Amino acid sequence: MAQTITEKILAWHAGRDKVRPGELINARIDLALANDITAPLSLEAFREMGAERVFDPAKVVLVPDHFTPARDIAAAENCVLLRNFAREQGLENYFDVGRVGIEHVMIPEEGLALPGEVIVGADSHTCTYGALGAFSTGVGSTDLAMAMALGEVWLRVPESIRLEYAGELRSWVGGKDIILYTIGKLGVDGARYRAMEFHGPAIDALSMDGRFTMANMAIEAGAKNGIFHVDVKTKEWLEGRSPRDYRIFSSDSDASYAEKIEFEVSDLEPQVAFPHLPSNVRPVSEAGDIALDQAVIGSCTNGRLEDMEIAARILKGRQVDPRVRTIVIPGSQPILKEMVKRGWMEIFLEAGVAVSTPTCGPCLGGHMGVLAKGERAVSTTNRNFVGRMGHVGSEVYLAGPAVAAASAISGRLTHPREVMD
Amino acid sequence: MGDSKILTGRAHVFGDDVNTDYIISGRYKFKTLDMNELACHCMEDIDPDFASKVEPGDFIVAGANFGCGSSREQAPLVIKHAGVSAVLASSFARIFFRNAINKGLPVVECDTSQIEPGDDLEVDLSEGKVRNLTRGVEMDIAPLPSVMMDILADGGLTDYLRKHGGFKL
Repeated sequence: MAQTITEKILAWHAGRDKVRPGELINARIDLALANDITAPLSLEAFREMGAERVFDPAKVVLVPDHFTPARDIAAAENCVLLRNFAREQGLENYFDVGRVGIEHVMIPEEGLALPGEVIVGADSHTCTYGALGAFSTGVGSTDLAMAMALGEVWLRVPESIRLEYAGELRSWVGGKDIILYTIGKLGVDGARYRAMEFHGPAIDALSMDGRFTMANMAIEAGAKNGIFHVDVKTKEWLEGRSPRDYRIFSSDSDASYAEKIEFEVSDLEPQVAFPHLPSNVRPVSEAGDIALDQAVIGSCTNGRLEDMEIAARILKGRQVDPRVRTIVIPGSQPILKEMVKRGWMEIFLEAGVAVSTPTCGPCLGGHMGVLAKGERAVSTTNRNFVGRMGHVGSEVYLAGPAVAAASAISGRLTHPREVMD
Repeated sequence: MGDSKILTGRAHVFGDDVNTDYIISGRYKFKTLDMNELACHCMEDIDPDFASKVEPGDFIVAGANFGCGSSREQAPLVIKHAGVSAVLASSFARIFFRNAINKGLPVVECDTSQIEPGDDLEVDLSEGKVRNLTRGVEMDIAPLPSVMMDILADGGLTDYLRKHGGFKL
């Protein structure tokens, strides 16, 4: 029976030859992760279940990235729980302030996620690692506790949607624009419970950073996972990151899909998702006159090296509008180091930008840039729900790094070519 | 399935795409893990009076994609602590759905288009029926897989695992 890449990975981890969409399986996991918001509940459930040791100290990762460096006493106390548990269990990969990055940026960078693996995380954006050809999905803290204790998780095998992107992207258009456009077409539940499988020449041409951005937002269409096939770019990106071997799976040509959708992206413009849903998408040229108070460039969606590079290219020799508080947050320490080395830090500082240590911070209205009533932000993050970044009367416009940087300069939602030409 | 209790209460009706930030806003969610305190702010940004008018046993009734957004278990926990006995929706976001089962909050996928605010409902999970007593309508609901029924019957995944010492599908 022909199978998709998702079905093959799940079958292997369930110890089976094949699995069918809709069936419940018990899958062995290769990595379980949680952060400073979700891990405290997981640790409590872990004890309550009667568990004493994690199934494998090399395969459980705790990442204090949301409210760190600790924004208040409660956040500091939560980090203590994580730190103590990591020590007690001898977790091999525990990263604290000064080394920690945003989980979904750092984990692949550190070689902790590899093709063909099954990864669960107590964070909805765990779907990010699908960019590497892994099955990766978000779960709640209690599911995660069970995964930490037993090294397995129950899963419903998802149906797959095959998304095919033809054409060649124009300049200033990237992974964020493709995925926003796709969510705009599918709706926020268009891929509910399903695997989004990305294909086509535009995907082949996309950088790994662009693919991480796309897989990251699969959840915003309701998907269980987003997944890409391993190609030469994936292999190059993985080189030297992990001593572990990995297994490459790919969909059979006659695999069956719940749906097949084709897009032509040659004429695609940079996209913006208007408040208050990631599916409320329009091309930036149709944004109208939207004046901004803040611009955020970073997050597990767009805090990677390529995102920083795009922002630096646009901000080089320019100033952000004094009315737009502009905050750049690299996703990891290696990215921050690279920003210094390549001179981008200076570009940002000269442009009037605040640059932060890695943190999820403003994306969820945590700290480092919370919005007041009536304020508007353009942000390279992933959600623009009511009150997401602060006051219930504030607004978030989601875009890629090029639109965010250009808009910070002009003070309103702007196509990057307007400031670059 | 342990007990076959019938849930009864009034309907509080919401639309499509009720996200986890609506269920409990980040303004409160990150300040405390005291669910009874958080329950006072349940659904606040979409229905400011919800916490004061909901009575023990009532139902949240919604359209498509209920619970989309974050993976945090505060969402089903806050609903449960507000006194809601079950959530009925035409569809659920998948992480919310499994979290609800894992935390012992019944979730029922059914056609909710004919349910009006204030309707008296009766939900029988073991028989797979939703009865709208106000309108005299009865609906069949697809049964949950038996493992999910067992988890619900034990009050959630933690209690289930403590009781059974492991997990079998």
